Amino acid sequence: MSNLLSMITFVPLGGALALVLLLRGDDAATALNAKRLALFVTLFTFALSLGVLSGFDPSAPGFQFVEEGAWIAGLTYKMGVDGLSLPFVMLTTFFFPLTILASWQVEHRVKEYMVAFLVLESLIIGVFTSLDLVLFYLFFEGGLIPMFLIIGIWGGKERIYAAFKFFLYTLLGSLLMLVAMIYMYFDAQTTDITRLLAHQFDFGTIELMGWQIVGGAQTLMWLAFFASFAVKMPMWPVHTWLPDAHVQAPTAGSVILAAILLKMGGYGFLRFSLPMFPVASEIMQDFVFVLSVIAIIYTSLVALMQDDIKKLIAYSSVAHMGFVTMGIFAANQQGIDGAMFQMISHGFISGALFLCVGVIYDRMHTREIAAYGGLANRMPIYATVMMLFTMGNVGLPGTSGFVGEFLTMAGTFQVSTWAAFGAATGVILSAAYALWLYRRVVFGDLIKQSLQTISDMDRRETIVLAPLVFFTILLGVYPSLAIDLFSPAVESLLEGVRTAQSAADAIQLALK
Amino acid sequence: MNSDFALVVPEILMAAGAMLLLMVGAYGGEERQRNLITWASAGLMALVAAIVATRGGAEATAFGGAFVDDGFARFTKVLILTSSALMLVIGKEYLERRGILRFEYPILIVLATLGMMMMVSSGGLIALYMGLELQSLSLYVVAAFNRDSARSTEAGLKYFVLGALSSGMLLYGASLVYGYSGSTSFSAIAEVIADDGVSLGLTFGLVFICAGLAFKISAVPFHMWTPDVYEGAPTPVTAFFATAPKVAAGALFARALYDGFGNAVADWQQILVFISIASMFLGSIAAIGQSNLKRLLAYSSIGHMGFALVGLAAGTQAGAESLLTYLVIYVIMNIGTFAFILSMERDGKPVVQISDLAGLAETRPAQALALGVLMFSLAGIPPMVGFFAKFFVFKAAVDAGLAPLAVAGAVASVIGAYYYLNIVRVMYLSQAERPLEIRTNLIGQGALGLSALVMAAGWLPIFDGFGLPEMAAAAAQSLLR
Repeated sequence: MSNLLSMITFVPLGGALALVLLLRGDDAATALNAKRLALFVTLFTFALSLGVLSGFDPSAPGFQFVEEGAWIAGLTYKMGVDGLSLPFVMLTTFFFPLTILASWQVEHRVKEYMVAFLVLESLIIGVFTSLDLVLFYLFFEGGLIPMFLIIGIWGGKERIYAAFKFFLYTLLGSLLMLVAMIYMYFDAQTTDITRLLAHQFDFGTIELMGWQIVGGAQTLMWLAFFASFAVKMPMWPVHTWLPDAHVQAPTAGSVILAAILLKMGGYGFLRFSLPMFPVASEIMQDFVFVLSVIAIIYTSLVALMQDDIKKLIAYSSVAHMGFVTMGIFAANQQGIDGAMFQMISHGFISGALFLCVGVIYDRMHTREIAAYGGLANRMPIYATVMMLFTMGNVGLPGTSGFVGEFLTMAGTFQVSTWAAFGAATGVILSAAYALWLYRRVVFGDLIKQSLQTISDMDRRETIVLAPLVFFTILLGVYPSLAIDLFSPAVESLLEGVRTAQSAADAIQLALK
Repeated sequence: MNSDFALVVPEILMAAGAMLLLMVGAYGGEERQRNLITWASAGLMALVAAIVATRGGAEATAFGGAFVDDGFARFTKVLILTSSALMLVIGKEYLERRGILRFEYPILIVLATLGMMMMVSSGGLIALYMGLELQSLSLYVVAAFNRDSARSTEAGLKYFVLGALSSGMLLYGASLVYGYSGSTSFSAIAEVIADDGVSLGLTFGLVFICAGLAFKISAVPFHMWTPDVYEGAPTPVTAFFATAPKVAAGALFARALYDGFGNAVADWQQILVFISIASMFLGSIAAIGQSNLKRLLAYSSIGHMGFALVGLAAGTQAGAESLLTYLVIYVIMNIGTFAFILSMERDGKPVVQISDLAGLAETRPAQALALGVLMFSLAGIPPMVGFFAKFFVFKAAVDAGLAPLAVAGAVASVIGAYYYLNIVRVMYLSQAERPLEIRTNLIGQGALGLSALVMAAGWLPIFDGFGLPEMAAAAAQSLLR
């Protein structure tokens, strides 16, 4: 099937449309039907994406399953996947059925909730499958709308503040990226990503309002893209929307945010910043390292001090994303392999941790760490599962968390010893906050009156978490499963980057 | 001479139709006739729109070059006529219920529309002024149409005084241009500039003309009348103000600058860059504090005109094309939004506060969804079609070397996004003490639903943009040739 990617992208949207048009009324039966239909649609999408995975040849260079057609006003509609984007497509289609299942207890405006999630799924998949700048931007920005509504309608007490902060923060970054995209179009005369990847953007030093800009247009565009992706990622110091959004979002919203939405930033760096502006990426390497190391150490320290479980995990996400940016801009095989792996693994682990928080939140309706303690006594299964993901978060060997952190640090070490050193300190800190959280919530005596009757995970919760347990361990002991998928793509990306950088060096030398 | 009249058949039809309807109204007894006249006026405009749309042919001029009929004029005329007709029909029920639907109202709308048709077809400063004044005088009257309301009267008077001032400025500029170029026709002015460059007197004239036109399009710093007039005028009139006259003024701006001063882009580009940046920012920032929907939309229209002028500032064909695309999309969004505002009621009285929308998502999910889509589209968030309007003007600006203008536009649209989002917040995230009543008919519902649908789905490849990009491109090409 030649239009499989379009189908994967638009099937959830079609499901949302069906929900809007076919389901009437707001009684319990309608709500149940909405949940069932949404689950069915997301499972169907997952099945379709498995078709792509099975037909995908990792060793073949370039994009596969490419579709191309005319779009409005001279723009092109182009889709395709390569080793860098396919893992994220799979992660997305895999996570959505789980989040629908995890939202089974939502009672408030169930139909609209499911519609918002299905629309969101379409837009996220579109980000990873589109091969045209404008199309990419459309999906990238469009995702803000359903997420805004998800946080705003089904969120916690401060949901409106969080929703606005989330929306406006990301919008500002994205619009600067849009201007850069328009400039790229005029420089390269195309919005086709495959052709932009082959285009050499100008990097001669330019002067702007009395400032010497090394790397010229490339640096400016790099910065504009950075503004967008750094916010999405999020990197220190533009990470402050994330804790608010996470804390206020409903469980399923947090899961999607942590597991998938944050990965858009990393994907953007790999798809645009590094290969399209290689000279600027080299110039900016130290800058990114500094921000990443600060993110890793500072947010880990901040995480230590949190008394809200979700906020703690949110800060730990920022720290883990620091490894990803560090690995990407180390610009070598281990670094980028590690960054890709870290993103996938963080998707599983942080998604799972938020689901774990959801399990106890559904019972106790509080996220205060102090409200818990001694859960191991009444919830042995939960304690075991939570322990596994805590270990994964720490980066214990045997879990997928270890592989990503190790590879990114190994890659960074070859470029900057100090950055790797700083990052390694962060690993210790992550052990501190994660284990301390686990001790305060799960261990100890069960003395709190309110916890005396708490029940262990039911069948639905087990079904949701089981696949995540499976993948966290599987990828931890057999990482090649994922690495083989994207490694060839990373290799060809690096080849292009090195060629461009050495060509630039040659020109600089010749000028001297 | 004969061919001259053949060219202005649509305008003659409009004028004759307006006279005829005036006779019917004056002699036929108002009570029975006003329904007939409203429908006949809308029908007349639809008919003329169809005539204009089906007329092809190359550029032709009549009356010694004073009247131009080209693709650009036809494109904007069709847009103006259809939006006028639609607004007349959508607003009819509202006026009827308030007992202020008099038979003069549709006739004045027809006359204003005729003025707009003259504006976009003008080939020189005289025709420009004639069209502009016919339009403005009709608009002053309809702004004050609700005679028993102090606010409406105030709006009409305010609009008239400030409008007269701006007309004066425009005339002064026109006389300077005439004095220094020896002609009032755009083509002759363009020749003089091509031969001798822009003299100081011409520059002065150009500045005054730009000021006058900026007033008509309500661009900063000539925007002060907009919020008061929008708020004071009866809502159907506000709805009308927000659509057709904006198109006409924007198109006239393009016509005067491209046809008359096309060889002096550098001289007017800075003016446009300034007023577009000022409009975008003022529109975005001042709207934040508004609690009245009509006032909010007034500031929103100021901001949107700023964005539209970004395309004009580019001074290229792509710029004109993006301006036209922007105007079309803007008009469609406003038709839907105003169709909704017209239906807002509580205890039989119209309400226009943003807080009245609270909890709309619970009580009227379909309407809330449609309005939400329109708000996201007005904010320019993809994948709504409103994004493409902004995208194309930014593209034209960057192409013309005005990247900082595009950056400013990007920042302004983030600020602007806040107040559109705020409306969505009120509808979806707040609870209502008493639900809003929605009183609407099939036409209003259809306008709201259709415009939301177009905004939400227009980008899908299967629609191919409804052919809009191609038509706008052809129209812009005929302007520049």
